[in-house]
Amino acid sequence: MAVAFDEMNIPGGDLRPAYQELARWLKETPPEALEYRRQEAELLFRRIGITFAVYGDSESTERLIPFDVIPRIMSGKEWTVLEKGLKQRVKALNMFLRDIYHGRDILRAEVVPEDLIFQNPVFRPEMNGQQVPHDVYVHIAGIDIVRVDAEDFIVLEDNARTPSGVSYMLENREIMMRLFPDLFARHKVAPVERYPDELLSALRSVAPHSASSEPTVALLTPGVYNSAYYEHSFLADKLGIELVEGRDLVVKSNEVFMRTTEGLKRVDVIYRRVDDDFIDPLTFRPDSVLGVPGLMSAYAAGNITLANAVGTGIADDKAIYSYMPDIVKFYLGEEPILKNVPTWRCREPKDLAYVLDNLNELVVKEVHGSGGYGMLIGPAATKATIEAFREKLKREPEGFIAQPTLALSTCPTCTASGLAPRHVDLRPFVLTGSKTTTIVPGGLTRVALKEGSLVVNSSQGGGTKDTWILDE
Amino acid sequence: MLSRTAENLYWLARYVERAEYLARTIDATLRVTALPAAYIGKTNEWDSALLTAGVASSFYQQYEEANERNVVDYLSFSADNPSSIKNCIEAARLNSRSVRTALTSEMWDTINSAWIELQEVWSKGTSTREDLAKFLRFVQETSLRFDGSAYRTMLRNDAYWFSRLGLHLERADNTARILDVKYHVLLPEEEHVGGPLDFYQWSSILRSVSALTAYHWVYRETLKPWLVADLLILNGTLPRSLASCYENLTRNLDQIGVAYGRQGPAQRHARGIRNRLEHSNMNDIFQHGVHEFIQEFIADNSRLGEIITKQYLI
Repeated sequence: MAVAFDEMNIPGGDLRPAYQELARWLKETPPEALEYRRQEAELLFRRIGITFAVYGDSESTERLIPFDVIPRIMSGKEWTVLEKGLKQRVKALNMFLRDIYHGRDILRAEVVPEDLIFQNPVFRPEMNGQQVPHDVYVHIAGIDIVRVDAEDFIVLEDNARTPSGVSYMLENREIMMRLFPDLFARHKVAPVERYPDELLSALRSVAPHSASSEPTVALLTPGVYNSAYYEHSFLADKLGIELVEGRDLVVKSNEVFMRTTEGLKRVDVIYRRVDDDFIDPLTFRPDSVLGVPGLMSAYAAGNITLANAVGTGIADDKAIYSYMPDIVKFYLGEEPILKNVPTWRCREPKDLAYVLDNLNELVVKEVHGSGGYGMLIGPAATKATIEAFREKLKREPEGFIAQPTLALSTCPTCTASGLAPRHVDLRPFVLTGSKTTTIVPGGLTRVALKEGSLVVNSSQGGGTKDTWILDE
Repeated sequence: MLSRTAENLYWLARYVERAEYLARTIDATLRVTALPAAYIGKTNEWDSALLTAGVASSFYQQYEEANERNVVDYLSFSADNPSSIKNCIEAARLNSRSVRTALTSEMWDTINSAWIELQEVWSKGTSTREDLAKFLRFVQETSLRFDGSAYRTMLRNDAYWFSRLGLHLERADNTARILDVKYHVLLPEEEHVGGPLDFYQWSSILRSVSALTAYHWVYRETLKPWLVADLLILNGTLPRSLASCYENLTRNLDQIGVAYGRQGPAQRHARGIRNRLEHSNMNDIFQHGVHEFIQEFIADNSRLGEIITKQYLI
């Protein structure tokens, strides 16, 4: 694998402009002082209770995501390009969803093969022909971006269902500002703290027409045992909206109400962090206790907005991903600003043959998987693992896609042996309301803390960093 | 507010208050059992501790007899005892997580850091008296800190009032229980053989509700059983007296009633109990029977809990 692009150091010894001030500061700061603040940061995280749960880990149900105190920095110029690309991408995702559940122009034009939609378990026939308020499907998108060189931003994944991680973006900044006021004084860092306000106004803007002029928004969580529960309560708090569980809501004559100490109160917009499958036991999984019976009929009646809409999974599906550049062109008539990772679709015999021949060099992902589970990283895998995976792949080729192992960019990171480059990605959060699309400058930078590792997922030993966009 | 949120706040306050009360009970029992037998008589103080905690029957399903080791363990750490200090703190933290949005960061920090701190005590236990004393003190301090942060940082709205309801209802229950178990040593002197024996019992009761110093300030007298009873039942200046708890319960319920624009059975029931306390004096209570009076109170108090639940929390 080629030497990765480092976001701070230019081969030959120079520094990229965005990092010059940080480098000076690092030189002036003794390592012990840095270590002290690192420990301080960990203590703060633990006390605030910013934890997540790792499924299948019985030892500790709550863990901290490791936080790296060295910020990841991008210039304002870079951000402008990225921002434009993200808005374009999310606009296309929304138009695609609207089309798939209504006229299906894109299928007739044969840009995307029909069976990828109709045989896809995340396609929701219940949404066919259903009008969603203000035609917005993906109100909150978390687009995973990686870099391999100074020029391009590459989309790794479009998260259009219930993307998480924004609380880390906000808390990381809070903690950095508390611990490193001197470093902030030396940079002009664009603030992220407006995110909750932007989110609330986006959510209020998409209230159904039957709502009052002061629509009531609530955040629906699966409950305290969910891995992202901290984030749910954090956001509800920052937005000043009720954090509800399924059992707090009740549907009566196709309207949604929450049970309060003063009786039932109508809810107009639900920012839901419960997956489609569990949201209404009458429509989807009947065994779900997390959802609200009858919610889908209130939705069909147009009395409630769900953010994100039901059925958005069809847009961020890994099988659809490889068509995204065409999707952007089809709806917007523009060249995509953000690139895609070259992707082999194992459902296509030619691609499959190539993948089977090059397993040791490729990353193979389950089309419906997420969180870094169930994937093969060829270059890091043993022979036996590769062989086992080969059999799986042959049995069910349509369940997989393959991509080259990208040399993800690196950023300086605190390690046991001092600062060292570690691979990173970035998840900016794109908010779409009835009229505008906004992105808070920054996002969640995830970092693979193990040397050489490319897996940034928190469930697999990844950490996070504060992301700075310089306001030049 | 959400009914579930109100319910969680209410129980959160109850759990914290209960944990503190248990810690005080253990503390007081340790003191009194450290005295030579001649001073405390033949009663099994550890058995009384179980009774005041309301867990005697479940305890005796597991153990033959009550002694310091097994009662301290059962009340502090046992996972089988739903109202052990450990389970109270665990439940308080779980409730806090569920209603984080309704808590101030100071309240959350108190519960969360106590929970983190106590993880070590749970895993190692307390091997020495000193460890145990430290643990009991820590639990009491946690409750003080929690109560103080609620008082100083919460908005004065329904969230605050519901949490206060939990606190005072639990407190009233605790005070009433200790009176129920110890009422026989509180009978007027002429009916009872007084002596050094009872003196330590009385001071132990007062200690477990943190009222020993208060007693002297209020009555400026040596310990007298009917005055101890008067202090814990009728004296409105003592925060843990039944009268004071009901003063607070009616006030908080009234505030909820005003904010929501309507009164209900909870308000009426609480007012009824408060009126009874206001119009009683110790003579009447002794005439009527302390034991009966207390038992009636315990039933009335738990009835109020049920009414509040029905009216607001489900």
